Amino acid sequence: MAKTLFDKIWDKHIVQQIDGGPSVLYIDKHFIHEVTSPQAFQGLEKRGMKVFRPQQIVATADHNVPTLQQHLPIKDELSRVQVQQLITNCKNHNIELYGLGHPFQGIVHVIGPELGVTQPGMTIVCGDSHTSTHGAFGAIAFGIGTSEVEMVMATQCLMQSKPKLMRINVEGTLNKGVVSKDIILYIIAQISASGATGYFVEYAGSAIRSLSMEGRMTICNMSIEMGARGGMIAPDEVTFEYMKGRQFAPGNGQWDRKLEQWKELYSDADAKFDVEINIKAEDIEPMITYGTNPGMGVSVAGQIPGEKDIDEKEKPSFLKSLDYMGLKPGTGIKGKKVDYVFIGSCTNSRIEDLRLVASFVKGKKKADDVEVWIVPGSKQVEKQAIAEGIDKIFEEAGFQLRQPGCSACLGMNEDKIPAGKYCISTSNRNFEGRQGPNARTFLASPLTAAVAAITGEVGDVRDFI
Amino acid sequence: MSKAINIVSGRVVPLKETNVDTDQIIPARFLKATSRAGFGKNLFRDWRYANDDENQPRAEFVLNDPTYSGKILVAGKNFGCGSSREHAAWAIKDYGFDVVVSSFFADIFRNNALNNFLVPVQVSDEFLDQLFAAVEKDPAVEVVVNVEAQTISVPSLGLQSSFDVNNYKKTCLLNGYDDIDYLLSIKPAIEAFEQQYK
Repeated sequence: MAKTLFDKIWDKHIVQQIDGGPSVLYIDKHFIHEVTSPQAFQGLEKRGMKVFRPQQIVATADHNVPTLQQHLPIKDELSRVQVQQLITNCKNHNIELYGLGHPFQGIVHVIGPELGVTQPGMTIVCGDSHTSTHGAFGAIAFGIGTSEVEMVMATQCLMQSKPKLMRINVEGTLNKGVVSKDIILYIIAQISASGATGYFVEYAGSAIRSLSMEGRMTICNMSIEMGARGGMIAPDEVTFEYMKGRQFAPGNGQWDRKLEQWKELYSDADAKFDVEINIKAEDIEPMITYGTNPGMGVSVAGQIPGEKDIDEKEKPSFLKSLDYMGLKPGTGIKGKKVDYVFIGSCTNSRIEDLRLVASFVKGKKKADDVEVWIVPGSKQVEKQAIAEGIDKIFEEAGFQLRQPGCSACLGMNEDKIPAGKYCISTSNRNFEGRQGPNARTFLASPLTAAVAAITGEVGDVRDFI
Repeated sequence: MSKAINIVSGRVVPLKETNVDTDQIIPARFLKATSRAGFGKNLFRDWRYANDDENQPRAEFVLNDPTYSGKILVAGKNFGCGSSREHAAWAIKDYGFDVVVSSFFADIFRNNALNNFLVPVQVSDEFLDQLFAAVEKDPAVEVVVNVEAQTISVPSLGLQSSFDVNNYKKTCLLNGYDDIDYLLSIKPAIEAFEQQYK
């Protein structure tokens, strides 16, 4: 019978099927971080148990770490305790930790792929909704809660009901100035912030195939922003080329055998999806969000919907959202002044993102009244940026190159956007207060963020290239 | 104390917002705790208080309105979207709710809620509207949620609807069982699976 990519991986990982209930799903890799793991360790210890398969867990500190002076003790006491707790827990349970100061430290969804821990055909979980990022390699990867973190620690398994499957085909050639972030913001704007709830999404089509692994990760990363459990892309030559030679990728003796298996990971020609959505790449323009959920996005050159375009029932939320953002229905966003530019997060903090920004800002200076934070996704990204001289370009432009962490994406550490200020951000969520109490977020691509850094306002990258 | 849950009845708290994300339920800056306790006091923190100050409650926010109380939270469509933080479910449960009613739940939130014996009751948009209307008319209106029967009703108005919960999860809720208890009970099967799989 014809199978989807998802089915091929799912079926291989079923330990047991419960009648009228969920499946027991075996998990290959489990990433943990300081924020959603302490209570899971506590739960295990309360049961007097050890972690079942510590070699299948990789830990890092990212959500709650400072992005300046990481060599010093963390100033905030609660944050320090939480990061210390992770160190203690990993030590007690024999788990590999890439903590602060380690050359592999970084945002969990950046380091997994760059180290080659993330591999096609795997089941991967983490106590973080953006775990969907790893699906870019043709893996089933999804975010879980802390009780589930505890389950995986205890048994390397989860109880999961099989989700419905959606395929989103993006065919055609991307317009000038359009990058992968614009594709996913466009898709979410089309189907809404809840449009894929209950589904696992496979992205396909020539426009998706044309993307680098970094670009594919950006797409899969934001699957959760339309409610999807996860997103995935069938592995191909681009994937295999990226994997080759990475720290934990299969070595010479294993590579050929693995490659044979990976090449079987695609949806069969007549495989059935519960829903298919077709998108023309040519319809996608540089995108920006204007509201307080990621589905509230428009073309940078376009206009915020007018009141009459909004369903009666959605209107109170729509107006509340615009009120929070200090914007008016039916107006354009282009030209809107911004105060902060944040380039970072598990969505857009990889070396390719930094290169893209550098290529645009080279020889230019930031606008006077804008603060620009560049937060690389990992120590390795930081090292690579320095090796390529990208740090110098940023320095000359007046940008601040910080140290790796989740930073202003969720404002758990001190990297918060002040109340009422506008931030154009390459991250994934524009929720109220996400980047700090009463902070206002515009989500956009690294290119569109770079334009704002230089001009001090929301601009259309196509006017500059 | 048993965590088991079956019938929850009484007054409800209406939160007429759609797309309530977990950053609103519990903002990230309150996720620094290393235990599960005490998140209730920061539930909906930035909607509840102005300027992040507990001495400045926003009178218009429903949790600050003495008209409403109860163990059942009724909210708009797509409740619990965004971050996977289980702290959101802990905060709602810790505040004193046992049930959340909405016309749509985000997947991860639904799982997190069930794992904490907070019952996510998904109803139709129409039923949700009727519920909001009923509580608007009479804030003291009684609502009854019955997990075993999988029903939610407003007896005084003769309104009733059913909701989905799979048999396995229902057994867990009614008996206070955790998934982890089940998984531990099949450990030999998991080890056998690993042998043939690797």
